[in-house]
Amino acid sequence: MGHTAEAGRRGAKIRSDCWVSFESGVTGGIAIDLESKVASMYGESIRALAEETMRSLGIEHASLRIEDAGALPFVLAARIETAAKRALPDLERSHLPERIDQSRGKTTRDRLRRSRLYLPGNEPKFAPNAGLHEPDAIILDLEDSVAHAEKDAARIVVRNALRSVDFYGAERMVRINPIPDGYADLDSIIPENVHVVLIPKCESASQVNGVADRIDRIRAAHGFEGEIFLMPIVETALGIERAYEIATASPTVIALTIGLEDYTADIGAPRTSEGRESQWARSAVVNAARAAGVAPIDSVFSDVADMDRLRLNALESKGLGFEGMGCIHPRQVRVVHEAFAPTEMELEKAKRIVAAFEKAEATGSGVVSLGSKMIDPPVVKRALRTVRLAGQSRTSAGGSADE
Amino acid sequence: MSELRKNVAGRPAPTEANGKIQVPYCGFRKNEFGDLVSAHKPEGRRAAPRIRSCADYPLRGDKRVSDLRTALEKCGLKDGMTISTHHHFRNGDLVANAIFDAAADLGVKNLLWFPSASFPCHQNQLKHLESGVIHHIEGSMNGPLGDYCSRGKMRGLGVLRSHGGRYQAVQDGEVPIDIAVIASPTADPFGNANGVTGDSACGLLGFALADSQYAERVVVVTDNLVPFPCVPWQIQGNYVDFVVEMEQIGDPSKIISGTTQITKSPDRLLIADYVARFVREAGIMKDGFSFQAGAGGTALAFAIYLKEMMIEEGVKARFIRGGSTKYLVEMLEEGLTDYILDGQTFDLDGVRSMRENTNHVNTSPFTSYNYHGKGNFAGMVDAVVLGATEVDLDFGANVVTHSDGRLLHGIGGWQNCLFSNCTILAIPSFRDRIPVIVDRVTTLCGPGELIDVIVTERGIAINPRRQDLLNSVKGSGLPIRPIEEIKQEVERIVGGAPAQPSLADDPVAIIKWVDGTVIDTVFRVNT
Repeated sequence: MGHTAEAGRRGAKIRSDCWVSFESGVTGGIAIDLESKVASMYGESIRALAEETMRSLGIEHASLRIEDAGALPFVLAARIETAAKRALPDLERSHLPERIDQSRGKTTRDRLRRSRLYLPGNEPKFAPNAGLHEPDAIILDLEDSVAHAEKDAARIVVRNALRSVDFYGAERMVRINPIPDGYADLDSIIPENVHVVLIPKCESASQVNGVADRIDRIRAAHGFEGEIFLMPIVETALGIERAYEIATASPTVIALTIGLEDYTADIGAPRTSEGRESQWARSAVVNAARAAGVAPIDSVFSDVADMDRLRLNALESKGLGFEGMGCIHPRQVRVVHEAFAPTEMELEKAKRIVAAFEKAEATGSGVVSLGSKMIDPPVVKRALRTVRLAGQSRTSAGGSADE
Repeated sequence: MSELRKNVAGRPAPTEANGKIQVPYCGFRKNEFGDLVSAHKPEGRRAAPRIRSCADYPLRGDKRVSDLRTALEKCGLKDGMTISTHHHFRNGDLVANAIFDAAADLGVKNLLWFPSASFPCHQNQLKHLESGVIHHIEGSMNGPLGDYCSRGKMRGLGVLRSHGGRYQAVQDGEVPIDIAVIASPTADPFGNANGVTGDSACGLLGFALADSQYAERVVVVTDNLVPFPCVPWQIQGNYVDFVVEMEQIGDPSKIISGTTQITKSPDRLLIADYVARFVREAGIMKDGFSFQAGAGGTALAFAIYLKEMMIEEGVKARFIRGGSTKYLVEMLEEGLTDYILDGQTFDLDGVRSMRENTNHVNTSPFTSYNYHGKGNFAGMVDAVVLGATEVDLDFGANVVTHSDGRLLHGIGGWQNCLFSNCTILAIPSFRDRIPVIVDRVTTLCGPGELIDVIVTERGIAINPRRQDLLNSVKGSGLPIRPIEEIKQEVERIVGGAPAQPSLADDPVAIIKWVDGTVIDTVFRVNT
């Protein structure tokens, strides 16, 4: 008997995923026993992918049983790799799917971050279409949406998704596990062009610095450029108390956000839809973030069926000073965007900046100025976006993806 | 001897099926009004049942017999006959199964079952197909029956027709019905029947209309017998030979289709939103317009989004074509449309509305879809929203088989609806791993000439034949894209185009076009 292990999911309700059992061997090469809903169309392709994955992992002899319910290639590869690594814990090599061009986009500090759409890290079927709903960011979650026993599987799914899924211009965020567990997450995902790392249950500047240092080391080892920003989530009483310290811990922190589910549990108050129990903490986060010069971002609204209350909640968020919030269902994105849309006054200012920019362009001048004040390029870019998005918001969530 | 020949769509069509000569699909022509219409023009006289005399029926109007078996015997049931049923009870039908159980008891063989559609509840018929009581099925074959047919186990060739095509086949004598059995939620002893009252109320009985008029013998089966007169008489007792009482003819919880739930899938909601916006931006949504949307989750969500836009812009429709549901009924009751012209009711609100509201009108394949009518309603609908299993780069579409070649769905009114002024297919760009836009559809059911717009979650493709639509949505902000581009994007996601399934050379079913010609052939799957 060789080493055996399983990965993935199967059952009547499972779609777009697969289940893999792996048994290592010493002779006989790679034996593949495949049962697939799409066998007549993709059977050969699945076998080829399984063999390629084994080659990448450096495994010459093994038996694989794959029960496939229409999983995409990046999912199949992730499940096969997970099963193999569970059976052979010392296996160091990985199977990295081809990186698509659309995964290479960079981010900037001043991007709009009105919405971030959560994608459970071990539930790959939502990933390919997530960007179509045009959230400002997608956030691949390795933390609370992933069962403890599946952390290893989720890490591989998320890594593969970052390489091979087109998020249509949405900013690429990952929520890692709390430090110190989250370090292993960073090793696996940082090489894959993550734009923003969310640090959950953040309670100290040293945690932020720990993450920033680890990211720097990984970058140095892999030699790549591009900004990687941090968004700490404060979601404990202690975290709220230290919000300013956390927000100023590293220059790579660009936003501070709050997690209300954990926070209300921590202070011993039931979470209500009115949210009186967390009003102070939310304001404290806004204040700390503004003092630190980073963006305050709100928590999520968890009743996915109640769009009216979501709208009220988002409007209240904006009223408190937040610049965006989390979404746990694509339908929430449009409502959140409408609520966080710029006001007339904000729009007027953006239009004046755009006009000044166009004038500077026309005259060939490199400098954009409004009255006596010089306008920095990022501010111009953001004003252009504000104006464009305001134009789009009339026709709701459609329109083009990010530039 | 039957042979396969290519029709003008390049699709194989047998010259003969179940002993009957077949005409290959012959495409389109422009009629004298400049309309694109089917080129096939049959001649001759309509079929008709034998002359009957009221003298042969009870003067006091009581046509009851003791049970279904007796009724079938009295109808002269014998080997090789054709028995028709309707599908208004959908997956809750108990009558079609009872008919063939009774026929098996009587020792009859080689029957042709001619349902207006079949459902998974009809897998009871598998044993009658095995034993030879049923020779073959001409009608939609869903689920287990489709699977049985796909594996080449049926004795004859399956023949799939649209709702309109079924009416056409009855009218022009292609399918002479020996015995029509009409399951009726309410009936009187004379045979007048309706679908608006009774435990098995299903709204209307339009799919049984042709059967009642053209079959040699007609049996009405009910579990809610009322004294004469049964009003309204959607089916007229004057066509009926026998009336049978059964304890239960349907399962009400399954008559009301599960498909009337609005989709919760965010991607399908996005598709529905795109469709509604397209209808508005293309200028179709204007006072006095009309549309048709089925009871699928995406179509329902479309109707709800469109309703919001109609309220916003103060627009009112002249009529909506159903499949009616609670959502369409609300539009009627809120004054957003003058009429619902309803082909089948999908939920209790639909049934109630049809019973109580004279502006909720029952229709039949004769009014809506029939090829041998002097016109029909399908072409008068401004926009229709339909589904499909596959669509090709020329906008031809498949609605009966999956990409692996298995026959799994019926045509329903789908082909007939393509004659709307703007035909929109609202479909996900891929399902699980299987792309919906393909080089060549597995089975051609709808020619690209009639399919105007494909709406997916990845964008909207407009048929280049419809330059007018392309122009009308310019600058609308809608994601209009070439169909090839969406196809390529999906193939990148799913890891390439699917391999062609290996199919055997022997046909298992033919697909009829609305005019009775053969548009494509379904082949046996190798499993």
